[in-house]
Amino acid sequence: MKAPVSWIREHVDLPAEVGTEELTDRLTMLGLKLEAIERPGEEITGPLVVGRVLTMEPEPQKNGKTINWCTVDVGDANGTGEPQGIVCGAHNFAPGDLVVTVLPGGVLPGGFAISARKTYGHVSAGMICSAAELGLGTDAQSDAGGIIVLPPGAGEPGQDVRPLLGFDEEIIEFEINPDRAYALSLRGIAREAALGFDAPFRDPVERDLPPADGAGHPVEVEDPEGCPVFVARTVSGFDPTAETPAFIADRIRMAGMRPISLAVDVTNYVMLETGRPIHGYDLDKVQGTVRVRRARDGERLTTLDGTKRELGPEDLVVTDDSGVIGLGGVMGGEATEISESTTRVLVEAAHWEPVAMFRTGKRHKISSEAGKRNERGADPTTCEPAADRVVELLTTYGGATAEPGVTVVGAPRPREAVHLDAGLARRVSGMPIDDETAIAHLRAVGCDVVVEGERLQVTPPPWRPDLTDPQDFSEEVVRVVGYDKVPSVLPTPPSGRGLTREQRLRRRVGRTMAGQGFVEVLTFPFIGTGDLDLLGLGADDDRRSLLRLSNPLSAEAPYMTSTLLPGLLRAAERNVGHGTTSFAVFESAPVTAPHGSGPAPILPVDRRPTDAELEELEKALPAQPVHLGLVAVGEADSSGWWGTGRHVDWSDAVEAVRGVSDALGLELQTRAAALAPWHPGRCAELLVEGVVVGHAGELHPRVCTAFGLPPRSVAAEVDLDLLLERAVDLRPAPVFSTYPVAKEDVALVVDADVPAASVEAALREGAGELLESVRLFDVYTGDQVGEGRKSLAFALRLRAHDRTLVEGEAAAARDAAVALAAERTGATQR
Amino acid sequence: MSGPNTDYDPVEVTPLQAEEVEAARDAAIAAIEQAGDLEALKQARLDHAGDRSPLALANREIGALPPQARKDAGQRIGRARKDVSEALAARQVVLEAEHEERMLVEETVDVTLPTDRRRAGGRHPVTLQSELVADLFVAMGWEVAEGPVVEAEWLNFDALNLGPDHPARTMQDTFWTEPADHHVVLRTQTSPVQARTMLTRKPPIYVVCPGRVFRTDEYDATHSPMFHQVEGLVVDEGITMAHLKGTLDHFAGQLFGDGIDTRFRPSYFPFTEPSAEVDVRCFVCRGVAVSSAGDACRTCRGEGWIEWGGCGVVNPRVLTACGVDPEVYTGFAFGMGIDRSFMFRHGLEDLRPLFEGDVRFSAAFGTEI
Ligand SMILES: [Zn+2]
Repeated sequence: MKAPVSWIREHVDLPAEVGTEELTDRLTMLGLKLEAIERPGEEITGPLVVGRVLTMEPEPQKNGKTINWCTVDVGDANGTGEPQGIVCGAHNFAPGDLVVTVLPGGVLPGGFAISARKTYGHVSAGMICSAAELGLGTDAQSDAGGIIVLPPGAGEPGQDVRPLLGFDEEIIEFEINPDRAYALSLRGIAREAALGFDAPFRDPVERDLPPADGAGHPVEVEDPEGCPVFVARTVSGFDPTAETPAFIADRIRMAGMRPISLAVDVTNYVMLETGRPIHGYDLDKVQGTVRVRRARDGERLTTLDGTKRELGPEDLVVTDDSGVIGLGGVMGGEATEISESTTRVLVEAAHWEPVAMFRTGKRHKISSEAGKRNERGADPTTCEPAADRVVELLTTYGGATAEPGVTVVGAPRPREAVHLDAGLARRVSGMPIDDETAIAHLRAVGCDVVVEGERLQVTPPPWRPDLTDPQDFSEEVVRVVGYDKVPSVLPTPPSGRGLTREQRLRRRVGRTMAGQGFVEVLTFPFIGTGDLDLLGLGADDDRRSLLRLSNPLSAEAPYMTSTLLPGLLRAAERNVGHGTTSFAVFESAPVTAPHGSGPAPILPVDRRPTDAELEELEKALPAQPVHLGLVAVGEADSSGWWGTGRHVDWSDAVEAVRGVSDALGLELQTRAAALAPWHPGRCAELLVEGVVVGHAGELHPRVCTAFGLPPRSVAAEVDLDLLLERAVDLRPAPVFSTYPVAKEDVALVVDADVPAASVEAALREGAGELLESVRLFDVYTGDQVGEGRKSLAFALRLRAHDRTLVEGEAAAARDAAVALAAERTGATQR
Repeated sequence: MSGPNTDYDPVEVTPLQAEEVEAARDAAIAAIEQAGDLEALKQARLDHAGDRSPLALANREIGALPPQARKDAGQRIGRARKDVSEALAARQVVLEAEHEERMLVEETVDVTLPTDRRRAGGRHPVTLQSELVADLFVAMGWEVAEGPVVEAEWLNFDALNLGPDHPARTMQDTFWTEPADHHVVLRTQTSPVQARTMLTRKPPIYVVCPGRVFRTDEYDATHSPMFHQVEGLVVDEGITMAHLKGTLDHFAGQLFGDGIDTRFRPSYFPFTEPSAEVDVRCFVCRGVAVSSAGDACRTCRGEGWIEWGGCGVVNPRVLTACGVDPEVYTGFAFGMGIDRSFMFRHGLEDLRPLFEGDVRFSAAFGTEI
C-alpha cells in the first residue's frame, strides 16, 4: 500500500515537527512496516518550470522523422523573458498547451545535464519533458511515454512546476500484513498515525448520510451470508468527458494505480480513502432488479479484463434480468462496464464474505485491488458513507445529479464481545502493563471495553475482523506499549538430554566422510524418469517407483527422488565442467518412497487428535529413509613430484562405506552383485549383519559418459538408517596379548571366480582361536598359476592371549586353515 | 682364539725390546690419528690391532719368555695395546660423528616443496551452521527435534492455525504431491516439527528444529525451491515475550558475537499471537550503519539491522490443536533461515553456490564453521 504523506495528514493532525522518518518509524513499530519512501523528482535539479507552447512548426527530416521547432513562453525563468526556442520530437501537444520545461542548467534523472545545443539546424535551449524523462515511469502517467500536458490553468509560465507534479510529495510504501486489512486505506493509516502520536483523527467515513429509504435501484440479496450489506446509489446526467481533477489523478497515481476516467477514478479514490471497494455500473446497461446469489453451474461471465469465465456454485455473483453482470466483490462484468458514453451510474458498495472472496479470487486467478481488500475483510459499516462519498464526487466533478432514493439491503452484523483477563497482555508480554493501561490502549485502537472486575468484555471495532481471540487483544495492547519495551529475560529450561543417538551418529558419519576426503554437497531431490534412464535402471527397478509432485517447478523433474545418485552425479558433472579433475563428493539426505498407505486425514483443530488419528496421519506419509551417497572421480592419491598417484577404483567406493561402518562399530561384508548404475563386474553388494544396506563399485562406462564423467569413476549408495539402527553404542575396550606373535604367510591358488572373501573366511575358521588377524596382501594372476586361476597371498598372525606358542603350534594352525580353505574353495597351496 | 704356545719354536723368538713395543704403539696411534674416515680406521685397526699386528704378535711371544721377563713384557705390551685400543675407540667416535654430520648434510631436501597427496574433505557449511545452532541451544539445555520432509497437510498448515481458506496460505507456495486428495505436501516450514513435538511429549518443551524446507520458488540468486530453516519452540508455565527476547538476544550474541542483540517489530503469523519480525543488530557495523571508511555498511545496507526471522507467542489455537492446555501453558516460537544467516554471516551474496555441489565451496569450510 502506497500513501502520499499529504493525504495521510489530511486525516490526522500530526504535529508539524513530525517528519516522515519519524512517522514511518512509529508506524513500523505499530505494525505498518515501512517498505520504502519515494520522493518523486528527487534527482532533478535546476530550472524545471511551467512553459506555454507559443508556436510549433513541424519540420520533416531526411531520416524520415518529423521534429517540431517550438517557441515556449517560460516567463522570466530564462532571465530574458523572451520565448525559448526548443526542438521537440513528440507530437502529443499543441500551441497553447502548458508543458513541463527544463531549461539549460537543469539536470534530469540519470545525471542528464541540459544545455543549449545545435540540433536539426536550430539552437535548442532546453527540453519539453515526458513522464519517462522525469523518471516517473511510463505507466505513472496516463499518456504513456508522451509529453506531459498540464491541465489548463494549472500554473503560470515560468513558475516552478515541481509542486504541480507532486515533486514536493513524499510517498510512503507500507508492507501491510494480512491481519491489518484496515491499513489498506488512508483511513486506516491515518488512524494508526493518530494512535502513534496521540493526535486528532478525522474519519473520512464520518459524514451525514441521506436516509436509507429503499427507494433507490431495486436490489435483492438471495445470499445474505455471502453479502450481508448491499448499498445502491444512482446518479444521472453524468458528463462522461469530464476530466478527473488533478488531485484525484495524482493521488491515484501516487498510490500505485492508474487514472482511467472520472467515474472509475472516483470509485478507486474512495476505495483508497475508506478501504471500501466500490463498483460502478453503467445504469443504462443494467436491466431490472439487481440480485446477489451464488452462480449456477454452466453460467458464464466476461469480466471487464476481457476474460470469459466459467462460473461455479461457490462464486458470488451480481445479476440482472439478463443474467450474471459481475463477480461480486472481485471483478465487474464487461457488459455493464462504465464507458465513454455513460451518463447514469449505479454505485454499488457491498460487503462480501471474505472466504468466498478468497476462494473466487483463487479459483479464477484474479488478483484485484478490490479483491485484496474484500478477501481480508473490509469494514462493513463503510458501505453507506463510501457510496455517498462517490456520489458526492461524481456530482461535484462530473456534473451529475444524485438521484433520490438510497437502497440499503442488510446491515452490518454486530460484533460479539470477547471476554478476557485484564492482565492477559501483561502475562503474555512479560511487561509490567497495569490493567488501566491495557484498557486505555484497547480503547485507543477502537475497542469498546466493559470492565468486570479483573475480566474485560471487549468488543472490537468494525474495521478489525482479525480481532477474535483474547490473545489478539493482547497483541494490540503490546504494540501500543511498544515491542521495543519488551525486556530480555533468558528462560530456564530443565536439564536437557543433549543430541539424540541418531543425531550424534549422523554427525559422526559426516565427519568420517570428510576425514576420508569426501566433500559434502546438498542437491535438490527432484528428478525425472530421464535421470533414471541415464542411470540405466531396468524397467522393474524399485527405484522407478516415485512420489509425484502435482506442481513441480520443472516438467522434466516432477518426482521426489528415490536415490541420491542422480543429484550427486549432476554435482560431479558440474565439478568436471568447472575444471576439477579429481574430487569426491557425498550427500546424506532422505529419499522418498512412492506413497504411504492411503490419504492423510484433515483432522480437527479444536482438540488434540486421538492417537488413532495421528497414527493414520503417520501411515499416510511415504517412508523417507536417510541415504548416504558418494561419487569419486579422478585420482584418489594425486600424482606429483613424489611420483605417480593412484586413480580411484571400485574399492575406494567400498572402502569409504567401510570407513563409515567402522566408525559405527559395524563390520561390513561384501559380495558380488550386478546393479545399475554400476559396472556389472565391479559392483559390490554391501551387507551388515546379513542385511543388504547398499551397493558400491565402479560406475558403468555408459553412466560415466551420460554424466560427462571420466571413465572409471566410482559411486556408492547405502541406506544410512539401516546402519545407524545397528550401530554399536558401547564398544568394549580391546584386550591385547603381549606374548610374541607368530607370522605365517600362505599363498593359495584358486579359480579366478572364487571370491577372496570366501577364502579368507575359510582361513579364519580353519585357523581357530589362535588366529589374531588375517590380511590379504597380494593377488597374482599370470603364467605361474595358469589360465583361469589366481593366487591369493595372506598374512596370518597367530598368538595366544595367555602364553607363548610352542614350536609347531603356529604351523599346525596354518595347516588347518589351508586345509579348510582347500576343502571349501578348492585352494591349493602355491 | 689362540691357545698356549705349545708348538712354539724358540728359534724364531725375537726379543721383545721395550723400544720396539714403543715404536709399534706409536706407529699404531699415528695410523689411527691419520685415518680420515671409518674405512681407513677399519684398515688401521686391522694393521695395528688385528691378529697379525706387531703388538698382537709380540703378545703371543710373551709365553715363551723366561718367567721373570714375562711379567715385565706382559705389562709393557698390555699397556701399549690398551693405548692403541683407546685411540681406536676415540677415533671411532670422532669419525662416526663426522660421518653422520656429512650424511645429514647430503640428505638435505627442499622443504618448501608443496604436497597435496590426499584429497581434502569437508562438510557443507549449511550442515555445519545447523549443527552450530543446534549446539548453541543444546548448551542451554534445549533438545533438537526433527521430522519428515514429505509431510501431512494437516501438520504443515491446519494444526498451525492455517486453515484451508487462510489468506496466509497463499503467501507460501507449496509443493503438493499426487494424488491431491491424500493431503501430503513438501513441508514449507519446519513448524510441523513443532506440532509433532507438542503432540508427542508433555511440557516443559524446549526444542530447536533445523531442517530443509521447500517452496515453489524459481531458483535464482536469492530464491531456492529448497532451503533450510531453524525454528525454536518453548512451551512451559509462565513463558512470555520477554523470554523470547532473552532467548533471541542470547542466540544472536552466540552466533554473531558478544553484544549483538535483536529488536522486535509487530508482524503477523497465524501460529503466533502476538507476532514479531526480529532484526539482528549488524555484527559488522554494530548497528552504526556506516563502515569505518564512512560509507554505508555493506552487510546491513546502511540499516544497522538485518532482517533475521519471525517469532511470537504461540497462538493458543495451536496449543489446543496439539493437545497442550493453553490455560496452563504458554509458549513462544521463532524461525529463521539457516542459509540466509550463513549468507550474511559469511558474506555470500548469491545463494546458488550452496546447491551447486562445487567441491571448492564446501571444502573451503572444512569440518567446523
Ligand atoms: Zn552494518
